[in-house]
Amino acid sequence: MTASFDLNPQKLLSTSEPATAMEIKLRRRSRISSAMRYSVLLIFGLIMLYPLIWLIGASFKTNSEIFASPSFWPKDPTLSGYIKGWETSTPYTFGRFFWNTFLIITPKVIGTAISCTLVAYGFARFDFPGKRILFMTVIATLLLPNVVTRIPQYLLFRDIGWLDSFLPLWVPSAVAGDAFFVFMLIQFLRAIPRDMEEAARVDGANTLQTLVYIVVPMLMPAIVSVCLFQFMWTMNDFLGPLIYLSSIDKYPVSLALKLSIDTTEAFDWNQILAMSVLALAPSLTVFFIAQKYFIEGISTGGVKG
Amino acid sequence: MAELQLKSVEKTYGSGFKAVHGINLTVQEGEFMVLVGPSGCAKSTTLRMIAGLETITGGEIRIGERVVNDIVPGKRGIAMVFQNYALYPHMKVKNNLSFGLRLKRRPKPEINDATQDVSKVLEIEELLERLPKQLSGGQAQRVAVGRALIKHPEVFLFDEPLSNLDAKLRAYMRVRITDLHKRLKAEGRPATVVYVTHDQVEAMTMGDRICVMREGHIMQVADPVTLYERPANAFVAGFIGMPEMNLVDAVLTTNQVPHITIGDQTIRVDEGLGERLSETTGPVKFGIRPQHLEVCPQGTENALSGTVTTVEFLGHEINLHIGIHGQIFVAVVPSDHLTAIPKRGDAVALKPIGHRIHLFDRYSEQNISLAGL
Repeated sequence: MTASFDLNPQKLLSTSEPATAMEIKLRRRSRISSAMRYSVLLIFGLIMLYPLIWLIGASFKTNSEIFASPSFWPKDPTLSGYIKGWETSTPYTFGRFFWNTFLIITPKVIGTAISCTLVAYGFARFDFPGKRILFMTVIATLLLPNVVTRIPQYLLFRDIGWLDSFLPLWVPSAVAGDAFFVFMLIQFLRAIPRDMEEAARVDGANTLQTLVYIVVPMLMPAIVSVCLFQFMWTMNDFLGPLIYLSSIDKYPVSLALKLSIDTTEAFDWNQILAMSVLALAPSLTVFFIAQKYFIEGISTGGVKG
Repeated sequence: MAELQLKSVEKTYGSGFKAVHGINLTVQEGEFMVLVGPSGCAKSTTLRMIAGLETITGGEIRIGERVVNDIVPGKRGIAMVFQNYALYPHMKVKNNLSFGLRLKRRPKPEINDATQDVSKVLEIEELLERLPKQLSGGQAQRVAVGRALIKHPEVFLFDEPLSNLDAKLRAYMRVRITDLHKRLKAEGRPATVVYVTHDQVEAMTMGDRICVMREGHIMQVADPVTLYERPANAFVAGFIGMPEMNLVDAVLTTNQVPHITIGDQTIRVDEGLGERLSETTGPVKFGIRPQHLEVCPQGTENALSGTVTTVEFLGHEINLHIGIHGQIFVAVVPSDHLTAIPKRGDAVALKPIGHRIHLFDRYSEQNISLAGL
């Protein structure tokens, strides 16, 4: 459809001729329409964000005020929730739990990125005997509910002697155990033309060099998304640590939050909320840092479309 | 630089489909060889087999003295320019150019010199710091050529490199590439080139020799003039030339001089056709280029009479489509040769220029009018 007149108010204003009645009418109509659109968006945005805003507000409230007023703005802001919450009722501070989470997440995210890229590259670019069956197996594990494999996995790790260590939490993922990420990268790779890889082969690159110098840079937006998802899901994972970790000194943040609910008789909600805010912070920070990358998308440009 | 040899090269896919049927081709050192043919004729597959991007299932490929059947692309001494350039999108132009040399761990000064050298030849010096997405089609094309040039390969392979450019730029780049080839030859480092295209204008203007392919077979390998004037078979005759050659079923009889019967009209042809024929009678395909038909008034002796069905006015010339017994002949007439532009429905006569006639065996499609040439 081609527009017969320009609705951009800026453009209308910039013309030196005085506005006609028609133009004024159109300008007003476009202003009203955008005002409506923005208010609807704003209202729904606020409704979605309200729990988060309330959470942050409530973490500065006293325990009694939390249940007294539905408003998110604290009457007498206090940091006691943060100070006491950080100390916890255990011999360890929350710093220890954050460190534990870091120790799980780091090898898991790095391992996932490397292993899934390798596996996806293999599936997307090479023909080998049994490829179809193997690929179907990968997809089948994707459809399998996680819960089903929990017990056999637990028994397996018990026999290896990995219980109460971080290993069962990150090793499976670091050897491309997450079929979802493999699948995601394969789909992304399929959309990238092979010409660049062929050009690299003609330039003398071997398979691994082609992967590292050519494929990975083009795949970067997808790899960043994989890392991001893995980071957030691991940060939020509760069941895994609950099953495999028994000593408190190895608890990650997700378990430690539950800890403060268990050990005190009257729950100090402001402490729990304060620590929840802190637990959210890394995920949000990582998300906003990485956002730039996966929007940038560098896969296009080398090939004329 | 080296000679490239293909000996009974075959390609059969896993599905059993045979794409290339034992082709034999020798590209001389420093020669510009064009592979041309309609889509699906396996010209690109052949090129990719030479590059090593496609395995061969039979025969032998030699570059220089080496059999390269089982050698990886990077070690064959070839460089390739791809249809869509295939520049590495995340690397600056200079890094795109030097990627191959960096992989070989050449010393830095050497890499810099080579990059400067190539960018000067291709006039892309001011583009070195840009990313591929900041280049126009023509610029990207030159960078892609540069990436091949910098390696001083034994054989250059081009896979329809100009098909993504607009018509004007294509004509310009065509000249640039042939100039480059000539310049390299003059500088004493001749480049052996295999160039794939589906565009016969590119093929005719660029190639030292042209290899016309069809469905995995080589139809003819020859220089452009031979290809145009002495096509070995009806396919080559129809493929080369614009508008394409008129090819119609006819019957050849010889009664002292050859006579050609189309429908119920028979014309006798002199001008030495008789001496050229390797067969004297039988069903044939009669071939005459649109430029070699003389449009005469109706009733002219030894001309085929027909009716104008379409008139295409192109300015300097006119394409006349003339129906004769249900078969359409196209004749190209320079417009200043005509006093009045014929109209649809006009009755005219067509007189083929005798020494330009080609006759092909109707079944084998081989040219039977090449004897003594």
